[in-house]
Amino acid sequence: MTDRYSRQELFAPIGKEGQKKIAAKHVLIIGAGALGTGNAEAFVRAGIGKITIIDRDYVEWSNLQRQQLYSEEDAKERLPKAIAAKQRLERINSNVVIEAIVGDATARELQLIMEENKPHLIIDATDNFETRMVINDISQKYRIPWIYGACVGSYGISYVILPGKTPCLNCLLETVPLGGLTCDTAGIISPAVQMVVAYQVTEALKILVEDWKSLRNKLVSFDLWKNQHTAIRVDKVKKVTCPSCGEKPTYPYLSYDLQTKTAVLCGRDSVQIRPAVRQDRDLGELAELLAKQGIQVEKNPYLLSFTADGHRLVVFKDGRVLVHGTKDMIEAKTLYNRYLG
Amino acid sequence: MEIIINGDKILLPESVKTVSDLLSHFQLNNKIAIVEVNLNIINKQDYEITTLSNGDKVEIVHFVGGG
Repeated sequence: MTDRYSRQELFAPIGKEGQKKIAAKHVLIIGAGALGTGNAEAFVRAGIGKITIIDRDYVEWSNLQRQQLYSEEDAKERLPKAIAAKQRLERINSNVVIEAIVGDATARELQLIMEENKPHLIIDATDNFETRMVINDISQKYRIPWIYGACVGSYGISYVILPGKTPCLNCLLETVPLGGLTCDTAGIISPAVQMVVAYQVTEALKILVEDWKSLRNKLVSFDLWKNQHTAIRVDKVKKVTCPSCGEKPTYPYLSYDLQTKTAVLCGRDSVQIRPAVRQDRDLGELAELLAKQGIQVEKNPYLLSFTADGHRLVVFKDGRVLVHGTKDMIEAKTLYNRYLG
Repeated sequence: MEIIINGDKILLPESVKTVSDLLSHFQLNNKIAIVEVNLNIINKQDYEITTLSNGDKVEIVHFVGGG
């Protein structure tokens, strides 16, 4: 037990002092997919004090190729990713406090986390720009660094955003990119994930041991299949007029988010519906109700699923519903209202 | 024209004259990207008026959303 972190402590830029700092830190990981599981395992093995991991989805067979914390059992049981991740992480390192949240990383949810238990760092492991813009505003409002990371195919990209120092994601993007980019039509290979995870975790360790001068300070991208690697200094892109990090911030994505209730899950052929007001659902009662209509229901402690009108609907305890087999929000809402509304 | 893109020498067709043409050529015109020409980042609104010359060193990083 005592030499658990000896190799990491031998690494001079961390040392015993750095290890103590790591053990006192709390990281929030948003998303428990490929990047989220890779990051989480690395932090837990490195002896972080606490991680909070939030994810709205459950484990499916197509995740197992690259989402390193999950097993066939998890996919069979359709365990929520946050729960399956926590179970595995606790077996890896029982000294780390792991908080799992099965839910949507909305502005409201993230602000609650910030008010209750402010983390030292936020890791982006989401699969969409809408959530990233919310993370970006949260980071600026609460003055917490965050590390952008994304990948598709054999391509990956990462950047460290430090409030008050670097440009923010809103400065870099100027607008939220529309569809196409997040949809996994191009597929993904696991080394691209691992490479982004390596960039994210390394910069994170520098932040956690407070070795600020060693940070990369560049926007980095690579294509492992095409043998390309690029790094650009983007300091000059920082805008004083930026609504997220400028002189008069309004954090536009923290209020916009409150209107979002329906979202198409990219590459999943699924629509998520979230009630306007968060309300826990009694899954037992719902199962009975559906059974009375002759509908066959599958259930675990976290979610319930059934097939109706040719679509599979998955109901989470926190009230969210996934409608599979459609990208049409109206059709999804119709089914939602028909069986659950 | 031959320029260096992300470290590789690339021969471009005559039709590619500006940064905007270059992004179209690589089918990146609908994506959000950061483009650096000879170590200067080009503003998005200047893509169409920024012309490229033989031997220019260009770095392109485009944003993706997956994860």
